[in-house]
Amino acid sequence: MLRRLGNIFRLGVKELRSVLADPVLAILLVWTFTFAIYEVAQNAKMEISNASVAIVDEDRSKLSRRIQDAFLPPYFKPAVEIPGTDIDQSMDTGKFIFVIEIPPDFEADLLSSRTPEIQVNIDATAMSVAGTGASYIQTIITRETLDFMNARGSALNPPLNVVVRASFNPNLNSTWFMAVMQIVNNVTVLAMILTGAALIREREHGTIEHLLVMPVTSAEIMISKVWANGLVIVVAAALSLTFVVQGLLQVPIAGSKLLFIAGAAIYLFSITSLGILLATMTSSMPQFGLLAIPVFVVMELLSGGTTPMESMPAWLQTIMQASPSTHYVSFSQAVLYRGAWIDIVWPQMVTMAVIGCVFFAVALIRFRRTIVSFS
Amino acid sequence: MTSAPDSIAQLSTVTHEYGEVSALDDVSVKIPAGCMAGLIGPDGVGKSTLLALISGVRTIQAGRVHALSGDMRDKAHRRNCFNRIAYMPQGLGKNLYPTLSIYENLDFFARLFGQDAKERHRRIGELLQATGLAPFPDRPAGKLSGGMKQKLGLCCALIHDPDLLVLDEPTTGVDPLSRRQFWQLIDRIRARRPHMSVVVATAYMDEAEGFDWLAAMDDGKIIATGSPAELKSQTSADTLEAAFIALLPEQKRSGHQQINVPPRTGEDGQFAIQASGLTKRFGNFTAVDHVSFDIERGEIFGFLGSNGCGKTTTMKMLTGLLPASEGEARLFNKKLNARDMQTRRRVGYMSQSFSLYGELTVLQNLELHAHLFHLPKHQRNDRITDLLQRFDLHDVLDHKPDSLPLGVKQRLQLAVAIIHQPEVLILDEPTSGVDPIARDDFWLLLIELSRNEGVTIFISTHFMNEAARCDRISLMHAGKVLAVGAPQDLADARHAGSLDEAFVAYLQDAIADDNTDTADNPIVAEPADTAAGARHNASVFSVRRMWAYASREAKELLRDPIRLAFALLGPMILMVTFGYGISFDVEELPYAVYDQDRSHESRQFLENFSSSRYFIERPPVTQPSGVETRLKSGELKFAIEIPSGFGKNMLKGGQPEVGVWLDGAMPFRAETARGYIQGVTAQYIADMSTRQTGHSVSVSPVSIETRFRYNQAFKSTNAITPGVIMLLCILIPAMMTAVGIVREKEMGSITNLYSTPVTRMEFLLGKQLPYIAIAYASFISLCVLVILVFAVPIKGSLAALAVGALFYVWATTGFGMLVSSFVNSQIAAIFATAILAMIPTMNFSGFMTPVSTLGGGAKIMGALFPAPYFQQVSVGSFTKGLSFADLWPNHLSLIGFALAFFFTATFFLRKQDV
Repeated sequence: MLRRLGNIFRLGVKELRSVLADPVLAILLVWTFTFAIYEVAQNAKMEISNASVAIVDEDRSKLSRRIQDAFLPPYFKPAVEIPGTDIDQSMDTGKFIFVIEIPPDFEADLLSSRTPEIQVNIDATAMSVAGTGASYIQTIITRETLDFMNARGSALNPPLNVVVRASFNPNLNSTWFMAVMQIVNNVTVLAMILTGAALIREREHGTIEHLLVMPVTSAEIMISKVWANGLVIVVAAALSLTFVVQGLLQVPIAGSKLLFIAGAAIYLFSITSLGILLATMTSSMPQFGLLAIPVFVVMELLSGGTTPMESMPAWLQTIMQASPSTHYVSFSQAVLYRGAWIDIVWPQMVTMAVIGCVFFAVALIRFRRTIVSFS
Repeated sequence: MTSAPDSIAQLSTVTHEYGEVSALDDVSVKIPAGCMAGLIGPDGVGKSTLLALISGVRTIQAGRVHALSGDMRDKAHRRNCFNRIAYMPQGLGKNLYPTLSIYENLDFFARLFGQDAKERHRRIGELLQATGLAPFPDRPAGKLSGGMKQKLGLCCALIHDPDLLVLDEPTTGVDPLSRRQFWQLIDRIRARRPHMSVVVATAYMDEAEGFDWLAAMDDGKIIATGSPAELKSQTSADTLEAAFIALLPEQKRSGHQQINVPPRTGEDGQFAIQASGLTKRFGNFTAVDHVSFDIERGEIFGFLGSNGCGKTTTMKMLTGLLPASEGEARLFNKKLNARDMQTRRRVGYMSQSFSLYGELTVLQNLELHAHLFHLPKHQRNDRITDLLQRFDLHDVLDHKPDSLPLGVKQRLQLAVAIIHQPEVLILDEPTSGVDPIARDDFWLLLIELSRNEGVTIFISTHFMNEAARCDRISLMHAGKVLAVGAPQDLADARHAGSLDEAFVAYLQDAIADDNTDTADNPIVAEPADTAAGARHNASVFSVRRMWAYASREAKELLRDPIRLAFALLGPMILMVTFGYGISFDVEELPYAVYDQDRSHESRQFLENFSSSRYFIERPPVTQPSGVETRLKSGELKFAIEIPSGFGKNMLKGGQPEVGVWLDGAMPFRAETARGYIQGVTAQYIADMSTRQTGHSVSVSPVSIETRFRYNQAFKSTNAITPGVIMLLCILIPAMMTAVGIVREKEMGSITNLYSTPVTRMEFLLGKQLPYIAIAYASFISLCVLVILVFAVPIKGSLAALAVGALFYVWATTGFGMLVSSFVNSQIAAIFATAILAMIPTMNFSGFMTPVSTLGGGAKIMGALFPAPYFQQVSVGSFTKGLSFADLWPNHLSLIGFALAFFFTATFFLRKQDV
């Protein structure tokens, strides 16, 4: 037993040396955990941010200008006034997502309680902002008209007040969300490619054969790869979380970072095992690349980290339960945003560990058989 | 013979370096024309570099190179030379295409030289006849034996009747019989075309004996030139090998001694290794066919045979790396068990290629292996010190093996293989590519291990002089052992003067038996019209040459089912998962209620939520902390908290406050939920007013009518699926072309770009065309899927979509080619494409977030990529119902990208190696 642990330790140290000795990998690691996270979190927003609005103002009243001025950054770009004839063309080219049409005599009709109609045109191909943008615009127009009428003392009072507060992310700032989800995504991609490519490289260089004629078992080789590559990525993710996400992007972390790292370690066990499993199913680096890409793209896009899990059809939700990324995303969201503790997230941790064991076991069965026959 | 008046090639003060390593060091030499000129010397002395410079496939760094009476720096002269020089690179069939048949390979080369169909057919037929390959024109090049590959390589080189034939180690790794046949073939061709000059590099001194003129090389310098006889008399040596060693500088020769193998003593008749009926099949190919032999303890047992004859496979079975399909292997009189760690400790193995860790230093490698073999702590350091001493590795202790010469690396490998003092050593071609002196040093170590320490050594080799040192050898061919015995006995048995001749005799018998190879066909008389048409193809762009690449690439693609499946089925599967999976339709949000009022009014208010299709009610919250806990666990997406006294308060007109707690962890979902909640509330208020006042009252003084344009039902599928087409038509095609060029670089077939008249544009466009076709086929299949399965109709112009897609896949395959033109390894290509294509396409193309909302760097990154333009075309013609008139600027941009990628790739691609 002690010998086995010794082997695992030695081989893992060797693995660490090779990862750190490869400048391309090192640069790639740094790039994905810094710049890539920052750029996506800052710029690819799923909330109303910088949305483009145009106004066709046929009223030209005090109120219509007041509405026009109410579209404020960071949610909206300043509203642009366009002639009514330009609506189609500017929406066709995607120049504006929202075009608001204020009819003639709008203000006058309002003051004489004739309930005038405002039309809001929405480009419904911009799925991520169309729905929320519509309700934002409704709120803005309603608020502005009410304020306008209040100033003249002629508004109605609603019988009750519904106050909606968002827990965990009060301003619903998507940078918070994207930053952490990018870490989760990058952990997946890197762990899978790093471990799988490390195995294929050893196979292509013949070093794996060399190990297999020594008194070292396949399981020892695999565990050493899992712990060494996993460690590199856990450290990179923890540093990125501290310096890029908390430091640079100013995202508050609600829960325990230690718990997050523990969960990440379990997740990495399952992903590195999957990386080895994929490597045993391919015979060359290009095949591994072609196989790995669809696997991690699906794991990334359908894990609930990009669009809501509940929106997927039930059968797909069931299938995605087999992916450790699904559980890791829900684990990370619970810990990092909602400050959940182990009493709440233990089911995800156990599930990830079980899936990891299955991957590891299948990879182990294939390992020795495929290593030699492919070389 | 050497009296040819002019030289075919001339080098003056040529120096060539690869990074820090110098390959040629101020070389000046004249190579005579019209004869067989040879470059001799071990690996890594600069022979290949010299040949590549003469052929014009490598860029000259310093000095002058003249070939065929022209300056090889001159582009116009080089272009002329493509038709007159034939270059066959080192490595078995390195510039051939393994999945193409013999005929197809030749046809490809003939097209590159601009020959028309009739001429191609005639020439190919003739060459196949001459080389004895005629019976199997349809056999794939990858399935040929080493000797046949080299014959095919020669045919490909001769397809355009060159004036200068450059052969780089054409017989390395080929069995003695094939080697002999190869040289006979060259002789016959030279007899037919006496003006043709041949320049050959070789590591076999016996071959070089037959050449007209030789240049001996060492360490990037030419140390002697002249005919073989001149070199021998100059050094008063009997053989060329001895002459070469004598020519080496003093310090290299010092310590070199003639190898003497002391006779074996203390034979106990015990067997260390036994193989009986050992067989290995891969599919229906039998690599090792009922091989049997017994190796005694302490014996040096040699294993001879050509590349691919099954030596390595047999050795791997004996180490337990490969399970045998049939038969039995025994080590130390025990049946071999791959899982037996005890046996592994008694065996040392050295694989054919260098298989230690290049990223660890010499010392670290030794330490790692000492640990893995669990040498006791006190022995470990002593053993390592002892080995460093014995193998003379002290000076390179902290060097990484990659930077060491091959001979030193092999010593290190041997040191590692014996670190645990094994009783049996299995060595797979340990001396391939090592210079003669280093090889002899290596053998001294082996002899010591065998004779002084009683280690059994099982070694495979190509070199007959090494074989002669073994106690016994076995000759292997095509998976079978032809003979086993002491070297001298085998030679005597065939009445042969040398082991080499004996081996050839055995091989001839074996071949006569299964009759798979034929040789010595009479040479067909040379037709009068030499090279008609072949000389006039220096045109700038030739459709025929482009087509040669296009049809070849297409054939390779069609014969690779894995890649084909990825290209066609992969996108369809991804489309189905994404089409269903990526959805912004937020429905069925789980929520719970914490109702502290439990009044008629509160229930009435809550009913509006429970009846909405957007929400699913979960059991109510019963205690104040419940809201937070259940939100934290992710079970609830929001919770409604109604204060006590809500009903009474409202009736009094006190505007009571209802609190709603949203899970803000996923902002998009929270925003949408907030919109829904506000909508439900507004509806409730409106209904209440209606009930109270009897007529409908709106809370808002304005009526806001929202029109969801293009996608009235506001369904994600309508907007997402056209975007997924955009996504898949970039990721997969770019990934496929990205490995295209770099794979040729890694496999070596890129040489054909360097050494034939094909231009960079023909090469790029030819390689790109099949991928454009397959990407377009994939695009069509995706459209069908979107229309039929997802029921998303094309509301706009089909023509605009179809044309746009063509331009788009042209651009995306071009992007892959561009990446491929500047990276140097396949893995770098995969990484670079994944990262460079994925981040802007997923985030900045309008797929997830609208382009008009992007700012700063993201906007620029997006605009510099073809994805957002095709996103416009795809969404425009599917969902928005637009036509060419609306979309044409996007089409123009896409063409722009296609051209820009193409020309940038042309710029990065080199027509010469550097």
